[in-house]
Order: sequence, then C-alpha cells, then structure tokens
Amino acid sequence: MKYTVQIVGVGGQGVLLASNVLGTAAMNAGHRLMMSEVHGMAQRGGSVLSTVRFGDEVYSPLEAEGGADLIMGFEPAETVRSLHLGNGSTSILMNLDPVLPSMVAAGFEEYPDVDLLVESVRKINSKLVTIDATKLAIEAGKAVAANAVMIGAVAAMRDFPLSKEQLRDALVAQVPEKFRELNLKAFELGFHAIQD
Amino acid sequence: MSDLLTDGGKQLLLGNEAIVRGLFEAGVGFASTYPGTPSSEIGNLLEKLSGEAGMYFEFSDNEKLAMEVSAAAASAGVRSFVFMKHVGLNVAADPMMTLAYSGVKAGMLILTADDPSAHSSQNEQDNRYYSHLSLLPMVEPSTPMGAKAMVPEAYRISEELGLPVIFRTTTRVNHARAPVEFGQRAEPVTKGHFDRDFVRFVNIPANARINRKRLLQLNEKAKEMSEKSPLNFVEGEGSVGVITSGVAYTYVKEAMSNVSILKLSFTNPLPERKIAEFMKGKERIIVVEELDPFLEDAVLRIAGQNMLDVPVYGKRSGHLPYAWEYFPDTLSALSELADVKEFREPMPQPDVKLPARPPTLCAGCPHRGIFAATKRAVGKRDVVYCSDIGCYTLGGSPPFNEADFIICMGGGAGAAGGFAQATDQLPIAFMGDSTFFHSGVNPLINALFNNHKIVMVVLDNRTTAMTGHQPNPGTGREFGGVTTQALDIESIARGVGAKFVKQVDPYDIKAATEVMREAIEYDGVAVVITKQACPLELKKRRMLEAKVCEVDQALCVQCFTCLKTVACPALVKTDGAVRTDPTQCIGCGMCANVCPKKAIGVRK
Repeated sequence: MKYTVQIVGVGGQGVLLASNVLGTAAMNAGHRLMMSEVHGMAQRGGSVLSTVRFGDEVYSPLEAEGGADLIMGFEPAETVRSLHLGNGSTSILMNLDPVLPSMVAAGFEEYPDVDLLVESVRKINSKLVTIDATKLAIEAGKAVAANAVMIGAVAAMRDFPLSKEQLRDALVAQVPEKFRELNLKAFELGFHAIQD
Repeated sequence: MSDLLTDGGKQLLLGNEAIVRGLFEAGVGFASTYPGTPSSEIGNLLEKLSGEAGMYFEFSDNEKLAMEVSAAAASAGVRSFVFMKHVGLNVAADPMMTLAYSGVKAGMLILTADDPSAHSSQNEQDNRYYSHLSLLPMVEPSTPMGAKAMVPEAYRISEELGLPVIFRTTTRVNHARAPVEFGQRAEPVTKGHFDRDFVRFVNIPANARINRKRLLQLNEKAKEMSEKSPLNFVEGEGSVGVITSGVAYTYVKEAMSNVSILKLSFTNPLPERKIAEFMKGKERIIVVEELDPFLEDAVLRIAGQNMLDVPVYGKRSGHLPYAWEYFPDTLSALSELADVKEFREPMPQPDVKLPARPPTLCAGCPHRGIFAATKRAVGKRDVVYCSDIGCYTLGGSPPFNEADFIICMGGGAGAAGGFAQATDQLPIAFMGDSTFFHSGVNPLINALFNNHKIVMVVLDNRTTAMTGHQPNPGTGREFGGVTTQALDIESIARGVGAKFVKQVDPYDIKAATEVMREAIEYDGVAVVITKQACPLELKKRRMLEAKVCEVDQALCVQCFTCLKTVACPALVKTDGAVRTDPTQCIGCGMCANVCPKKAIGVRK
C-alpha cells in the first residue's frame, strides 16, 4: 500500500497544520511516512503545497505528477491549479471558499466563477467532492477552524486509508487545549458534511 | 508538537528539527548562523532551546562571522556547528578555506543548505564543489532520520581527522518531515582552552605551505575512512548499477527496480575503490544526483583510471537534467536504460483562466509605504532600483516595480555605487535592517569614500522578517541568558561619515515622499531610514494594537488612489467600490494617508 495526499492552498490557511495532523495519524497507525512542506518566501500570500505520503514502499518526500491519491484543496482556484498533481481516478476534496489574490482584490484581475471552477473539475474527474469549509467553521465557532473541517471531511472520504478516530486523535494532539472543543466541533461538521 | 529535549521515543520531525536533535545527541556546545532558508528553522529552534540544552548559540552578524566564531570554538576544543544557506557559504568561504589548513581540535560541522529549484534563493549553486575547493570531508543525508543519525557520525569523522566536515543538505531534506527515533542527549562541553600552535594556527606563508601538505595527507586518511564508512553502501542486485546520493536516492528507491544501488553519503573524498569495485562487471552505470555532475564526473574519472569498460549515463549523456530539483518521475528519462516504473497520466489543465498568486507584501507591510513614497518622489527621473535579499524583493512586483538589480546580500547598495559612476542614472538602493548589519555598512563606506551619488534606503522593520523573524544587531538579543542593547542604524550611518541621514515613518507616505524628494535632490550620499515594526512579528509577540481602516462610502469618489498607490491586500474592490477586509486590515492607515478626499478613517 502506498497513499499520497497533496494538500494545496494559500499561505495562512493552515495547510501545514493539516498536513501535520494527517502525518501524525499515519505515523501513529504504524505506516512508513514521508512528507514535504513549503516554507519561506512562498508563504507570503502565495500558493502553498504540502505532500503527505504513507505506506510500505514510501521513501520519497515528493510525489510524481499525476501520482496523488487525494488532492485536498483548501481553496478553489488553487485546487484547479493543482489538478496535474493527480490523475483521472484521484479523489478531490475542494473547499468552495475563495481567497482572493491581491491583484484580484485590487480589481486588476478577475477571479473565475466558483461554479465554473467546480464544473471544469467535474468534467475530468468523477470523484470530486466539494465542501463549504469556511461556512461550517463559522458554524463551529470560528472561521480559522476551516482546516479542522477539512480534516473531518477527509475522514469521511471513500477509500481514505486512515480511520476517523486516528485523524481525530491526531488533531486533538496538534491543537492547543483552549481550541480543542472548537476544532472537534469543526471536525465533526466536516465529517458529516461529506458522509451524509 | 515536537519536543526535541526528551530522550527516547519517536517523533514526526522536520529535517531541520531532526538536525537540531542530532546536535543535542552529539553534545554540541557551540552553534552559530546567519539565517537563510532552507536552514532557518534550525536557528529559530536553537534560539528557543539552546539555553535549556546547555549549549551556546548565536545569530552572528553574517555568515563569515558565524564561521569564524564556530571555528574558534572548535579550535579551543568545543564541538561547534555553523549553518547557513548555500549562498551564505560564499560569504563564509574566506575563513573556511584557510580554516581547512589549520583544522580543528574538537569536531566542527559546516552545514550548507542548498536550494535546487531556488525555492527561496537567488541561484541554485551546487555547494558540493566547496568540498573539492577546500579539501574538506563532506557528508550528505537523504532524509530527516538519516540527517539526525549523520550528525554524531560526522562529528566522529571530524574529530578523527581534526578537520571541519561539510554537512550538505538540500531543501527536500531540510523541509521534509518524517518519523525520527530519538536516542539519548549527550552533555555538551561549552568551555575549552586554546593551546598555541604557531605553525598550525598562524597561516603566514611559511606555515601555510606546511599546512597545505598536512591537509593533503589528511585527505589520504579521509579517503580510507570513506572506503570503510557505513555511510557508503551497496543494496539490491542487478546488472545495471545506480550510483546516487542525497534526496535523489529516495527517488531511485521508489521509481527503479532490478538495479544494484551504491548509495553514497560520505561524498568527499569518495570511496574510489568501492566505486570501481561496484562498476566491475556491470552492464552499465547510471548516476542519479541533483544539480551538477559532481559524482558523475568522479565516476567517469574512476572508470578511466581503472580502465573499466562500462558506459556511464546521467547528465553528461543527456538523460538527466542539470537544472532544478528532481521528482520521482524525473527518472522516466532513464526508461531505456533500466526498469523505471510507469507513472500515471496527470489530469489536463481545464480551460479556465486562473488568477496569478505570487507571494506578496503582507497587508499593512510598512515596505509598501516607502515603495509608494519613492515612486511618487522619483516621478519621471531615470533611476535604477538596486534591491537586495529580503521581503522587499517583493517590491519588484506591480504596482511598485521597484527592483531592477538583485544579486546578493548587500549587493544592491554596492552596485548602486557602480551605477552612479558608470551611468547618468540615479541609483536608489533598498536594504533591510538585518542586511544593513550583514553587509550594508561597507557599501555605504565605499560610496562615501569614492563620492558615489546614491540614495540608500534602509527598511528597518525591527527584525529579520523573510527568514522567520530572527533578532539582529538592530534589535539586540534576548535569549539563552544573554541580553544586549540594540545598535542604532542612524548613529552608525552618521558615525561612518554620512551627512544626509533622515529617519521617517513609512506609514506616513506623505512625509516619506518629502524625505525621499530631499534625498534624491541631495548632492552626495543620502541615507533614508524607514522605521516601523513588521506587523507579522508584532502579531507573533501579541503586540499588535487592534485597529482597522474603514472607507466612508459617502466621501469616497472612487478615484482608487489607495489601491493604485498602496495596493494593500486588505483593500478590496467590489462592484466599483473600495472596502477594507477587516480580517486582513491592521489599521496601519497608509491608505488613509494617501486618500485625497479623507474618506478613509482608522478605528480602534
């Protein structure tokens, strides 16, 4: 068994925390594990990518183009930008809440219609699952918990090899005590949004 | 959360965390650096942990100084560790080259973190060549767990030879994360004694000639150690032999089958007999390494010297690329030579135009203010914007476009003097506070000495921001039980003889524009210092005052001066109107400062 998750988003969205939670869960489940992260300049509002790979034959921290089993997209345009990381049978989880690049916010560039983005992915991949993670996070108490919503959603994805309990335990271990309740609530909302 | 101070157990560690743990297990007593990605986290961790770990650590003023203080410690019998990014070693190369002649008494590692694909660098130079240039032994880990284990092993090599050892990593080792088994911490020795040895430590010509010979002899000994080292090993069987090192080894492991692999981690000097032995009887040899053909050229030479009739493939044969980092599928190029796994067809890019998302100056970044002010003050003048290494390189993007020339730390201000002399254009040099202390004072002195008409702008945001907020001489230090006063940039500039030195708050764009106008008009070297703390650093320290800017839509005339001038990500244009995004806005007031209708207010 070998499984690769490519986590894509924008600096500041909690991509690193999410990859740490998935990695910790995989390690605790006894898998071989290699991850790769983006640090430094790209974090200043730029696109970020974290790779989490686990299974018996895992040695490399990077995955080949097309090799992702799951693309976890924290942001719609970034999800579409990263499709080359997966293939036609890759599972895709896509958060529908856009983070506007500065040139879009300033009105110099346009952000495509989110429905159009979803449609363009659906045309080439039948396993796309969408989620309104930010809305669910606000429902849980705070928009910053969107990454916990996304992790909960991954737990409900079909064929994902780690269990809900393994992910939840890893999440609890990663977040500070005072945000535990918020994150657990967000995690459950994410899980049920996909499962139901 | 990782805990690098506990013994035993297994933790999920970043390569740089694993290296720090390796230092604790090797009982290293002294460490120094100038921050640079991808090695920066090592320093941030040591800032936090060195005190408790019982070791001394410093952010040195630049890499050369970091090399010198660590060299002294190891020469006095204290195990030392100096670390930096690849281009940092260029700065530190001068002391390193002769330190190799003297050697060290306790172990010393020189970590160079190379950056294939230049993720956060100005070039992708291959620092393995420094091991040839300096005749220093070199080791290269492939993974975080390998890196941790290699630290104590490299100290053993260093102490057996009495030479510093180059510990070469790349981004995908430093920023990989993997489970790492912990051993026991060793008690660090932090004080030694320097024993005079005139021939060895005083490299005047007569002694240098002797030391050069001694170094060559030590290299013969190092060759034997490399031959026997467990860091170089063979695994797998096949008529095709693959020679590899660093992170490329992990790609070989995953993508190739039915090959025999010679994994090299002690890569200078190379185990030449082992390599020749490995090549004998093979149908062909493939060398898989990132960047330059460092191993491959050695393998070709070894084949020649041993009269081995085995073809060698890699970069020289045109199969593998020289540029940019590898991925597992880079090895597809070898499918005619060996069993390489088939990779999946990537999804096609849908036909939707996606907005670009380059890294950008943060909301409320004070650098925006001085770039806006400079643009206004310059007007239609023919200027050359000499920028430097730091967040302000992002000033090269629209709407500022204020970076025309970037080569290295301190290089912008240095080159500004050349542009002043060799053109009739006005050079304006930008540099950060940390860069000023690193290598910005010399260019100022040079401009004063040679009467170069330059404007030097020091963007003092009270931290070394780009690499993750390290202290610098302009902030003073306060960790590891040492507290020092901040040095004042203005006094230093005046002290070396600059007559025009003005300080301004970059959030006050109007005032900053006035100061920049005066600086441009001034006949001589003009120094402008903009002082305003990095909001990210303030947020981290929980010192950011809660404020927000608001646009009064009744007063706004939709001239968009704020957007065009400051272009802050917290300013959002929707349906023809400008609003601020309260989740991003920090209430710095730059947009309010430039609004011609006073339609923007700052609310606490």
